[in-house]
Amino acid sequence: MSEYLLILVSTVLVNNFVLVKFLGLCPFMGVSRKVETATGMGLATTFVLTLSSVCSYLVSEYLLEPLGLEYLRTIAFILVIAVVVQLTEVIVHKTSPLLYNVLGIFLPLITTNCAVLGVALLNAQTEHGLVESALYGFGAAVGFSLVLALFAAVRERLAAADVPVPFQGAAIALVTAGLMSLAFMGFAGMVRG
Amino acid sequence: MRRFETATSPHLPPRDSVPALMRRVLYALAPGAALQAWHFGWGVVVQLLLAAALALAAEAAVLVLRRRPARRALADGSVLVTAALLALALPPYAPWWLTTVAVLSAVVLAKHLYGGLGYNPFNPAMVGYVVALIAFPRELTQWPAPHALAAPPGLDMALGLIFGGAQLPDALTAATPLDHVRTGLAMNRTLTELGAEPVMGRFGGKGWEWVAGGYLAGGLWLAWRRAIDWRIPSAFAAGLALPAMVAWGLDPDGHPSPLFHLLSGGAMLGAFFIATDPVTAATTPRGRLLYGAGAGLLTFLIRTFGGYPDGVAFAVLLMNMAAPTLDQLTRPRAFGEGR
Repeated sequence: MSEYLLILVSTVLVNNFVLVKFLGLCPFMGVSRKVETATGMGLATTFVLTLSSVCSYLVSEYLLEPLGLEYLRTIAFILVIAVVVQLTEVIVHKTSPLLYNVLGIFLPLITTNCAVLGVALLNAQTEHGLVESALYGFGAAVGFSLVLALFAAVRERLAAADVPVPFQGAAIALVTAGLMSLAFMGFAGMVRG
Repeated sequence: MRRFETATSPHLPPRDSVPALMRRVLYALAPGAALQAWHFGWGVVVQLLLAAALALAAEAAVLVLRRRPARRALADGSVLVTAALLALALPPYAPWWLTTVAVLSAVVLAKHLYGGLGYNPFNPAMVGYVVALIAFPRELTQWPAPHALAAPPGLDMALGLIFGGAQLPDALTAATPLDHVRTGLAMNRTLTELGAEPVMGRFGGKGWEWVAGGYLAGGLWLAWRRAIDWRIPSAFAAGLALPAMVAWGLDPDGHPSPLFHLLSGGAMLGAFFIATDPVTAATTPRGRLLYGAGAGLLTFLIRTFGGYPDGVAFAVLLMNMAAPTLDQLTRPRAFGEGR
């Protein structure tokens, strides 16, 4: 039980996928202009990440390894992720058309969110079991959503700031992300691995 | 025909101007800074002057580059507060280049890239400190022994240490109380043993507890004058002391007492002077309680489980990051607005 808790603390805070491992930066920059879209994106990514890490575990364990096809792992995982994203897209489209329109291109682009593939590959690499894989994916997604929502709120405040012209827009957003990463260094050493 | 004087809102003029507020913060820092200089020697004074000069120069340079009126921004004193907090947080005999890196990160990176006073989401002094801590971890542990253990270096020696590249002799260094307890506990020693050693004082470390007391007195004065909101330091103290009390109660030999936590490291300086920065803190009353408590709790967690001996700087930056969200979540309901 405490082992599962450690996985969660580790992926949400200590080894945060965005601010410590620098994965998933594209949606982090792309959909963080408003808090509402950021939370929507966070929810969608959480769903995709948890489901895809379970599915890719199943594919890897019961399909690739028995057949000795580990070298196809990357392609197989991308396929799995694409299917899960398609499913998510259909669900979001039917349940919340507004969010579907707001997220726009970023929803199908979850497929290319490197954090999603990163989690699947890291799960395979560290030989996590089913529950561990699911928790790892869920924790990564919660960490991603948490910093995405916080970042969006900071950026909403920055919209009113008197930023020097050369630093407006993406530049100051990247500076802010860097400072957030600096703050997350404080969690270093809390959990091994 | 008589003309009526009309005025636009706000009809209640603010009690304090920015320069008056900043002056008050500087006065309140004075007792703690003086005690720190008494216990750790001339280095504290030299660092304060060096940081202030660098900060004023950096701010003036940015304002000239941006073609903004420099005199008014320089005179508001906010950059002096940043410089003073940074100089008091850094070790007193840190080399000049370290102070320079920290001050430039604070003033240019954390403050003026965002447009200057009032816009920066992160506390500039703590950004400068954390940049220095991550880039030069060894230099940041070089604290001198307090007055009670060894006579601190004189003025010429302090200048040699800061500008001449000399090293602080081993006889004059001492582990900070937080470092001492941390390494001692890692070697499976008990706090009873550790507490009997010379660097430890009655509540915190020798000398350190007095400095913390100085900041506490200054901070209480600020709160009494309403220059800072009492909610943030109280919530910070509660957020730090309550988990410390639980850990201490369960295992008094493996966890330091809540008083030790409150009176060592940057806890008092952080609670009253750094976390209360009106620009980077949460602004709603409930948000401020959560913000302070979060900063205290994170300080406890980083001190207890993290890789760095003190967590105040990280805790403040992490809560700065959360402050806009806290503001949104705790926005007071307007009169008549539905739930």
